Amino acid sequence: MNGRGNQSDNPVPNHGHFAPWVDPSAQPLVRFEGVAKHFAGVTAVDAVSLDIYQGEFFALLGPSGCGKTTLLRMLAGFETPDAGRILLDGEDITGVPPHRRPVNMMFQSYALFPHLTVVGNIAFGLKQDGLPKAEMDARIAEMLALTRLEGLETRKPHQLSGGQRQRVALARALVKHPRVLLLDEPLAALDKKLRGETQFELMRLKQRLGLTFVIVTHDQEEAMTVANRIGVMNKGRLIQVATPSEIYEQPNSRWVADFIGDVNLLEGRVAEISADVTTIATASVGTLRAAASEAKVGEAVAVALRPEKIRISREAPPDGANRAEGEVWEIGYLGDFSIYKVRLADGFVIKAAAANVTRLVERGITIGDRVWLSWAADAGVVLTQ
Amino acid sequence: MSAMPTASRNADRNPGRKSWGQRLVILIPYLWLGAFFLVPFLLVFKISLSEYATAQPPYMPQLDFSEGIAGLRDFFAGLSFSGYARLASDSLYLTSYGRSLGIAVVSTAILLAVGFPIAYGMACAPRRWQGVLFMLIVLPFWTSFLIRVYAWMTILQRDGLLNQALLALGIVDTPPVWISTDFAILIGVVYTYLPFMVLPIYATLERMDDTLLEAAADLGCPRWKAFWLVTVPLALPGVIAGAILCFIPIVGEFVIPDLLGGSGSMMIGQTLWLEFFNNRDWPAASAVAVVLLAILIVPLVFFQHMQARRLERGG
Repeated sequence: MNGRGNQSDNPVPNHGHFAPWVDPSAQPLVRFEGVAKHFAGVTAVDAVSLDIYQGEFFALLGPSGCGKTTLLRMLAGFETPDAGRILLDGEDITGVPPHRRPVNMMFQSYALFPHLTVVGNIAFGLKQDGLPKAEMDARIAEMLALTRLEGLETRKPHQLSGGQRQRVALARALVKHPRVLLLDEPLAALDKKLRGETQFELMRLKQRLGLTFVIVTHDQEEAMTVANRIGVMNKGRLIQVATPSEIYEQPNSRWVADFIGDVNLLEGRVAEISADVTTIATASVGTLRAAASEAKVGEAVAVALRPEKIRISREAPPDGANRAEGEVWEIGYLGDFSIYKVRLADGFVIKAAAANVTRLVERGITIGDRVWLSWAADAGVVLTQ
Repeated sequence: MSAMPTASRNADRNPGRKSWGQRLVILIPYLWLGAFFLVPFLLVFKISLSEYATAQPPYMPQLDFSEGIAGLRDFFAGLSFSGYARLASDSLYLTSYGRSLGIAVVSTAILLAVGFPIAYGMACAPRRWQGVLFMLIVLPFWTSFLIRVYAWMTILQRDGLLNQALLALGIVDTPPVWISTDFAILIGVVYTYLPFMVLPIYATLERMDDTLLEAAADLGCPRWKAFWLVTVPLALPGVIAGAILCFIPIVGEFVIPDLLGGSGSMMIGQTLWLEFFNNRDWPAASAVAVVLLAILIVPLVFFQHMQARRLERGG
């Protein structure tokens, strides 16, 4: 599969059934093997091993300086790993210079050639391949249509809007039909609304062309929206690689739980373990039950509890359920839902989210109210790390 | 981003909207140009149209406003083109212009060939070295220009440093003649004007975004090719600025050819000097100056016009 335009009738399977990473016989398209990179003594990427599969939309997510961009740049060939290998289609490309790698990058700054027109920019890469004029023209026309740039052919980059420039950068990289398209914070310069639309456009393009995308982003919402799988990075290490829902619902560490979305972390010790329930003794909310885990009795753990999994009510929930009583401390009104910060007796603050299904005027709970928080036994995830 | 050029274009369309403060600021360079370029030029232009008189200003005709229209008519009737006629009649002037332009073209080409690699090297050097390199380029200005040209005289003379070195190294047996040749003029010109070529090119290269070269590499372009396809086109404004900064003063250069060049043939600056100070023929000298200006300005205006056309077409 090299992503010719006419393959759109045979697209790569969508999210639901598309999971080559669980198939032990599947061959990865890209493989990082113990890749490390240091800059002036500082470790940027630390022994990262990762497989990315054909047709995947893979997101590298992490705070700035976590090494995600360095990892991407090593795949593009702009940086050479200090240790480890990078394989593409099973072939070692660690030492191959960037201009001989069948991968293309869309730069965060777009890096459009200011002296060339839109068509000049898009044609630049094809000219390097010495493509015949007719095929080149056909591919450029196809790409112009796909990225909705028709009519702007003779414009120079400085005559385009931010969104148009972003599409030229995308077209310039896509027109080469790369084995892997690398996107370095591709939407960071767009405003929020345009960013949201472009995320879906990227997914459609990937689907239509049957290509493999690797995106680097610090925006977790963006990663969750576009990616089949997310690799969460921190301090040069891959902390967790999983699908967006796994990352959100089953984070493997306090750090991931805290980094992705909003979370309440309740510290405590494991009191009892059964097949489907872990019982934890906490200081703030007493004994509570959480999802099954591999933690050992007596181990210090944290229970990660997402705010939207917590029910907030005036009436006390039945005894025996996970519950806590407190006073509403702050309310953040976000339109579609509200965040309630509830202070418990010992001062610990739990965040609970409630969808604003009724109109504001009819809502009852306000600051200072005494409320009950409750959540299901499987809502909390036990974290040992 | 796209709103800004539109806004400025609108402002240009409605010049009446500008405030007095804005107008004043715009006026300053025009006043400067008027006082120190246009008025002196008109004086020179008027003298160039005067009758030859041996070092005896005032030059006729004179404009006498007290006689009204009649005075104006007399003034125009009295204008003479004899200065220009002399330029055409004597091949000395034509060869001077030709030599000046020839030397300016050759030396600008050499300056570009030498200056671009220097500027490129500076721009590629690590950040912390760039300041030092910049200083090194500017450093010769700390010494008087005249002293530096005299220094070249001692280097290039028959038993000068250059010949001593060549003899000592056994490269030549008999000392070649350097001084009083066109080659000496070229050395002097290239040496003197190098910073004016290097600095504008360095300024454009230094501003260039390095990710453009990464993008070129990413799109399958090897480094040497990216240099020609990306670096050179983007450095073009600096190259043009440097070439203009060098070419124009070199055409009118007087000191360097006078001190390093031979007496056989002259550059136009020397001819001009001779007319003014030896022959005392101010009308002819002024005519030489006016024609020189025309020779230099016409290509510049043409180039500007082309630039503007290209920008318009781009829009």
